[in-house]
Amino acid sequence: MSDASATGHETKIPLSERGPASKEMVVRFGFWLFLLSDIVVFAGLFAAYAVLSKSTAGGPTGPELFSRTHTFIETTSLLLSSFTCGLMTVGVEIRQRMLIYLSALGTFVLGIGFLGLELSEFIDLVARGAGPTHSAFLSAFFALVATHGLHVTAGLLWLIVMMVQVATLGLRDMVVRRLFCFSLFWHALDIVWVGVFTIVYLGAS
Amino acid sequence: MADTSGSQSNNGAKAPGEHGKGKAAIKSYVAGLTLAFLLTMASFWAAQTDLVYAPAVPVLLAALAIGQMGVHLVFFLHISSGPEDTNNVLALAFGVFVVGLVVLGSMMIIHNLNVNMMPTAHPMDMG
Repeated sequence: MSDASATGHETKIPLSERGPASKEMVVRFGFWLFLLSDIVVFAGLFAAYAVLSKSTAGGPTGPELFSRTHTFIETTSLLLSSFTCGLMTVGVEIRQRMLIYLSALGTFVLGIGFLGLELSEFIDLVARGAGPTHSAFLSAFFALVATHGLHVTAGLLWLIVMMVQVATLGLRDMVVRRLFCFSLFWHALDIVWVGVFTIVYLGAS
Repeated sequence: MADTSGSQSNNGAKAPGEHGKGKAAIKSYVAGLTLAFLLTMASFWAAQTDLVYAPAVPVLLAALAIGQMGVHLVFFLHISSGPEDTNNVLALAFGVFVVGLVVLGSMMIIHNLNVNMMPTAHPMDMG
């Protein structure tokens, strides 16, 4: 069965006779499954936080520690970086290298900004004596938020590697598949962050 | 350049994140950004307003968060309810099921344990 003949009659061929899906399809669906399992990891951390958020051992509580403005800037930069990451995939589809590089740069800068804000918050908390060892609430907080931060760090490293591959290997199929997987990863991180800022930073009061 | 539209040999199915080309795709991302930003603003507003009955605020925040996750799924990850998306939606539904089981199950069990805890000589702050 050739691809050309399949195009027009796709619906008439029984599912069992259509042959295997394309590599692109398999890779992206597999990566989607990985992302969902990664979200299950976060669910465990969210559950720990939800259970322990009141166990402050006499120490500071969430509303005393967290700054709304800080969180809002973090949220906005991550959301904008998700948008520029989307623009990057558009650039990949229309094979516009300039658009790919510029939007990747935007994604990277916004991602670094997000990480910087998160690190400055962690350093500030530890300096105020509210480090992860202080109470069960703070342990759960650091575990959840830092795991998300580590994912963002991994994503930024991945983005650098992808830009080097675009520059050296060009937009061959393999590189395009990886770029799409990266964009799925980045969008999924933003979804997790929606949960973080709602439950940790806003639900804290 | 090889075909990346993905419709030819994909058994009529769609990969997650697959979107329209060029302008249509950009439009979808702009719409997603606008909606997500509005929902974010609404969340931050809801968290500090006096206009909403205070005990209802967590419910409102949860609804806004779920709405924003939906916006991200539809406009950024391009997961839709169409027949070509069945595999992706089924996987997602299973993921949501496990997440709900883990989070709500933990909260329920630990709450129950806290309520039934024997009073101790040195009561710990269990909330």
